[in-house]
Amino acid sequence: MTNNRILTYSEAILEAITQEMDNDESVFVLGQGVDDPKGTLGTTIDLHKKFGKSRSFDVPVAEEGILGVAIGAALAGLRPINVHIRVDFLLVCMNQLINMAAKSHYMFGGSFNIPIVVRGSIGRSWGQGAQHSQALHSFFMHTPGLKVVAPTFASDAKGAMIASIRDNNPVIFIEHRMLYSLKENVPIESYTREQGKARIVRKGVDVTIVAISHMVVESLRACIHLESIGINAEVIDPIWLSPLDIESIVSSVRKTGYLLVVDNAWLTCGASAEISMQVVQKLQGTCKVHVDRLGFENTPCPTTKPLENIFYPSPSMIAAKVHKMLYSDRESWSPPISESKEVANFKGPF
Amino acid sequence: MSEEEKRLFESLYRIRRVELEIARVYSSDVVKSPIHLSIGQEYIAVGICDILKKTDVVFGTYRGHALYLAKGGGLKAMMAELYGKIGGCCKGKGGSMHLADKAVNMMGTSAIVASSIPEAVGYALAIQYQSSNQVVVCFFGDGATSEGVFHESLNFASLKKLPILFICENNDYAIHSRLSDRSVQQDLHKFAESHHISASVFTECDIIKLRDNAKNIVSSIRAGRGPHFLEVYTYRWMEHVGPEHDWNLGYRSKDEIEFWKNNDPVECLGNMLPERERTYIEETVNQEVAIAMDFASQSPFPDAGELYKDVYD
Repeated sequence: MTNNRILTYSEAILEAITQEMDNDESVFVLGQGVDDPKGTLGTTIDLHKKFGKSRSFDVPVAEEGILGVAIGAALAGLRPINVHIRVDFLLVCMNQLINMAAKSHYMFGGSFNIPIVVRGSIGRSWGQGAQHSQALHSFFMHTPGLKVVAPTFASDAKGAMIASIRDNNPVIFIEHRMLYSLKENVPIESYTREQGKARIVRKGVDVTIVAISHMVVESLRACIHLESIGINAEVIDPIWLSPLDIESIVSSVRKTGYLLVVDNAWLTCGASAEISMQVVQKLQGTCKVHVDRLGFENTPCPTTKPLENIFYPSPSMIAAKVHKMLYSDRESWSPPISESKEVANFKGPF
Repeated sequence: MSEEEKRLFESLYRIRRVELEIARVYSSDVVKSPIHLSIGQEYIAVGICDILKKTDVVFGTYRGHALYLAKGGGLKAMMAELYGKIGGCCKGKGGSMHLADKAVNMMGTSAIVASSIPEAVGYALAIQYQSSNQVVVCFFGDGATSEGVFHESLNFASLKKLPILFICENNDYAIHSRLSDRSVQQDLHKFAESHHISASVFTECDIIKLRDNAKNIVSSIRAGRGPHFLEVYTYRWMEHVGPEHDWNLGYRSKDEIEFWKNNDPVECLGNMLPERERTYIEETVNQEVAIAMDFASQSPFPDAGELYKDVYD
């Protein structure tokens, strides 16, 4: 029997939660629809049948109140996982996240811990529109006291989920709707992905691409185009955005001299700004560094497909941007545009 | 005069004395933060906490000195906290608005109105989950009842039949704004009834009656009969924030305080005591307060390294 099986991203999250619930009775799941037949896109399916309704249950449509309930349960020693099927809904509970969860350990001199995991899934495509597509990880990165993790691959999702559940601090766990069906080898045993440790997804020497969440997948596609014109890119998935593994990024950029940050979010005051700035601070004066970034256009996300296509960075745009960074003196180049299959295949309804 | 009444007087007097002392030193700027005094309202926290066990859990607000002390929080640690010292209950990182004493289950107070209410409910959920026989008491003011999360919390507590007592200290003012200018529903306990929570209102300024009234309620909650909402009419003697009276602002009339001053539980209970006993309690507490003030001023400020500690566990 092999210790690795191919699992989807959603199966990996479900397995992580199941193993931790088996391992620790203080772990429980609460969120809208977690015990319904769809089970949060499969990530919480049938947990209530396995562990009982007191450990995986539906909640009223009251995001702030329920997040406060999770914090209160954590104060009493439990380890709640609060599930939101879209990141956008976290905006309704920002008071509890920023004013309460992030502050309590510090404000009370270290006497209380808030071991909660708050899951939010970024939506995209097939009409998700302006309020079901936002990626707000930079809001949370901005706030001391919160940890933020946004894994791209199934094996990282499992390990990061287990690490998040075991952590004594509030962890914002950012998923992406386009990642749930992606498959990877996932070890069967329980394990954690170390906090503040990035994954070098693709080795390369010419340029460093740091990509976040679904943009890792899009960047890997861009690398195939780049390879066809002789550019060998290194791709780094930070996995943990807070704490951030800036050292791995810096050592890659020291080698390549070029950094492109591709965020699955807006650029202004975002993760791309933070990562670029930290790299420049550490490398300026020691070597030549070229920095650029790509992300959402600076507009709300439109619902209609032709406009939505322009809103997101595509593999073609990423490849073209890298080419421009490396060969600013040459004529611009852009590979053919094709829609990524998980985006094209997505037909909702969630 | 029973031992219980002596105990209540001592607790009431301690809080009144400390807060008057805080008001007295405030102008010297040793307390470099906002203070929200409980003067006039102390009897609610004292009356309710008197019937709680140490293992029971309380959540309160930025107007939290009375609750912290009534639940048994350390006096020296509170004063040092107000002075911003390392010997404070939160190492000086919380201050007057953020008091906590985990040892007596006094949970940290919040400066954001209503925001600790869902947390109190969540703690009660954990108690139910762990089949413990603790009770949670959640204190908040009338202003909190306009917040959405207040209603979300009541609904959830009722839905799950949680072991929690909601105490709404209705002093009629949110800063300078009267309840009638803020809420169509002025019988605040009726909000709870609409969430199918048993609810009652207590309008007297009488700590003994309040305590006896709440005793049955807490027993019922402990027996697993679900949450209760107790609205308590009260009056804030001092300004919303700061050490002074605020009659000069003109938003409320001095007549309003008459009833509450005439029935001040500190004086009423004190007058029931034989003079010698009252004097003994007062002198003992005065000394305790003097020691706490001294401790606060002697305790060092946190060193620079403390800034970076406790961001994460």
